Amino acid sequence: MHELPQNLANGLMLGLMYGLIAIGYTMVYGIVQLINFAHGEIFMIGGFGALTAYAALPHGTSLWLALPVMIIGGVIASVLTATAAERFAYRPLRTAPRLAPLITAIGLSIALQQVVWAFYPNAKKALSFPQFAGDPIGLGSFHLQRNDLFLLVAAPLCMLVLAAFVRLTRTGRAMQATAQDPDTAKLMGIDTDRIIVVAFALGAGFAAVAAVAHGLRYGQVDFAMGFLAGLKAFTAAVLGGIGNIYGAMLGGLVLGVAESLATAYVQDVPGMHQLGGGAWANVWAFVLLIVVLLVRPQGLLGERVADRV
Amino acid sequence: MRKSSLLAVTIAVTAALTLSACGSRGDKSDSGTDSASSGSGDGKASTKVVIGVDAPISGSLSALGLGIRNSVDLAAKQANAKNYVPGVTFSIEAKDDQANPTTGKQNATALVDSKSVVGVVGPLNSSVSLTMQKVFDDAKLAQVSPANTSPDLSLGPDWGSGKFTRQYQSYFRTATTDVVQGKFAAQYLYNDAKKTKVYVIDDKKTYGAGLASIFADEFKKLGGTVVGTDHINPGDKDFSAIATKVASAGADSVYYGGEYPDAGPLSDQLKKGNAKVPLFGGDGIYDPEFIKLANGNGEGDLATSVGVPVEELDSAKEFVANYAAAGFKDPYAAYGGYSYDAAWSIIEAVKAAVEHNGGKVPSDLRTKVLGELGKVKFTGVTGPVAFDEYGDTTNKQLTVYSVQGGTWKKVKSGTYGG
Repeated sequence: MHELPQNLANGLMLGLMYGLIAIGYTMVYGIVQLINFAHGEIFMIGGFGALTAYAALPHGTSLWLALPVMIIGGVIASVLTATAAERFAYRPLRTAPRLAPLITAIGLSIALQQVVWAFYPNAKKALSFPQFAGDPIGLGSFHLQRNDLFLLVAAPLCMLVLAAFVRLTRTGRAMQATAQDPDTAKLMGIDTDRIIVVAFALGAGFAAVAAVAHGLRYGQVDFAMGFLAGLKAFTAAVLGGIGNIYGAMLGGLVLGVAESLATAYVQDVPGMHQLGGGAWANVWAFVLLIVVLLVRPQGLLGERVADRV
Repeated sequence: MRKSSLLAVTIAVTAALTLSACGSRGDKSDSGTDSASSGSGDGKASTKVVIGVDAPISGSLSALGLGIRNSVDLAAKQANAKNYVPGVTFSIEAKDDQANPTTGKQNATALVDSKSVVGVVGPLNSSVSLTMQKVFDDAKLAQVSPANTSPDLSLGPDWGSGKFTRQYQSYFRTATTDVVQGKFAAQYLYNDAKKTKVYVIDDKKTYGAGLASIFADEFKKLGGTVVGTDHINPGDKDFSAIATKVASAGADSVYYGGEYPDAGPLSDQLKKGNAKVPLFGGDGIYDPEFIKLANGNGEGDLATSVGVPVEELDSAKEFVANYAAAGFKDPYAAYGGYSYDAAWSIIEAVKAAVEHNGGKVPSDLRTKVLGELGKVKFTGVTGPVAFDEYGDTTNKQLTVYSVQGGTWKKVKSGTYGG
């Protein structure tokens, strides 16, 4: 059990990343009740945007200097894709039955993947992402990867900024109003179309930050990376209570830690050897989801249950 | 069904008539036969024979797949340039299986339906081969894989208990099986690298899981300890929890049964996660992409691969030179030499079938090629090429490679003796 802190730290890192992506799912769902399955691809495009920005810098630029440029590049790529998707794929279907935008989202997800696969140079293979060099920062048997420091700082910071934005700004309050009741919000003079675009853009921005963290942590980006990450983040959003931004982060953390602990310890439970290890981590993560939803159908922090269906 | 076959016959007859009518006017209609028609002289019609190829040409394993396709293409072009089988012009028909067994089966059916295909080189993955074998066997179409290493494919599922039964008469391979490779790796790790505590990880695929279990059994037999086992899913990204397990288990090495798209990141994260031990794998990780994906953390990692380095063989010099001269965009990769030899064994079989038919191309060329393939014997790129009674290669040479200074360097070559 002496490696428990290490396993918790592994899970925390994974969870912070899931949480950052999950915010995009949960905000869009909270406002337009759409599960944007293309969000995983928006995350992936953020990674490629960051990589493109890095490649555009003069060769040999220090990563410390390059990092802000990479984040901006990733955010621009993600936000442009997300707002374009909203404008051209989802907005025309705003009044259509709910299944239509859902299927559109799935189609868009596949299309975006294939576009990157086909047109980004060399994207048919995984591409290396720049890395901070150096050994892990150690403390006895516990240690932290250097490249994870970014995630450890960026994720809580993003969360604070988002919370402040939603609570304190006019646009943020308009978002809350639109989420609670879009029709009334419209009657009060809120431009709901604009609010929806803002929700898509914010989610995409956080996904881009997560993509940079993903690139630093795993040292590579590839065109298919959005699928699994998106699915996990969606799970995290549901686990935390979809529609609730704090729930998304909490759901991400719970999911990440659960996966990490399942990989590490399920094998050691007598009689469970075959059901443990890395290959079963996803299974245990979804078992957890089912159990939580049985007890709390609205998710960990979800408040509103079936209020508009 | 009837209608479509009638249609196919009509098209084939029309095409044949058109071609024979064009024959006197030169070869402008088909650029692929240029070299052969100039060699075969005037007046004599050349029979077009197609060698099918099935490999992952796109997707994460495309580096290997493209090497296979190009090498087969090179073999066909060489045979044409040398006019190796008089009266026969070779060309290839390449299918992309994306390392997906379902796609592989569809490709197999398409290749069987393509009447001028007399033999198929491929696929790369053992799991893909499992779905293709029966399709080829039913059609009596010869299949030579340059890269399948799963013993099940030729020896049957009970090979572990020493009961060998050939599965399909149409199946051959130029690659050595995992039985040989896994044991060779265990012997190297225990006897030469002096490692005693290994952590075994695999990706649950036919190739990876098989190789890992053969390795683990032999390693234990030699006296080593397997300090832990784990499995991953192909496509997983996060291996930090596994790295922690490896580190806390006190392993001095990791054996991974699987392929480079997962092995590269795994090696990277092991080292980042403070498990600073070498990762050892099979021919599935022996690729430059592995080193790239490991982000510089692959230094000192090991891999076995079938055969000896193509560059070192005298027989391969010509292949390497010709490959460069042909101007292919992608390198021949790990299986280029084996693919060339696989294609050449089909060409040899065609030659034998034609010679035994009095110099004329037999009407049932497909069946004849299958009959001749088992008897083929020649010196290929990778050494002497011949098949045993199970369709496996008789060449059991293997090499251990290690990542040094960012490239794979040969450490030890040997012939597996038992």
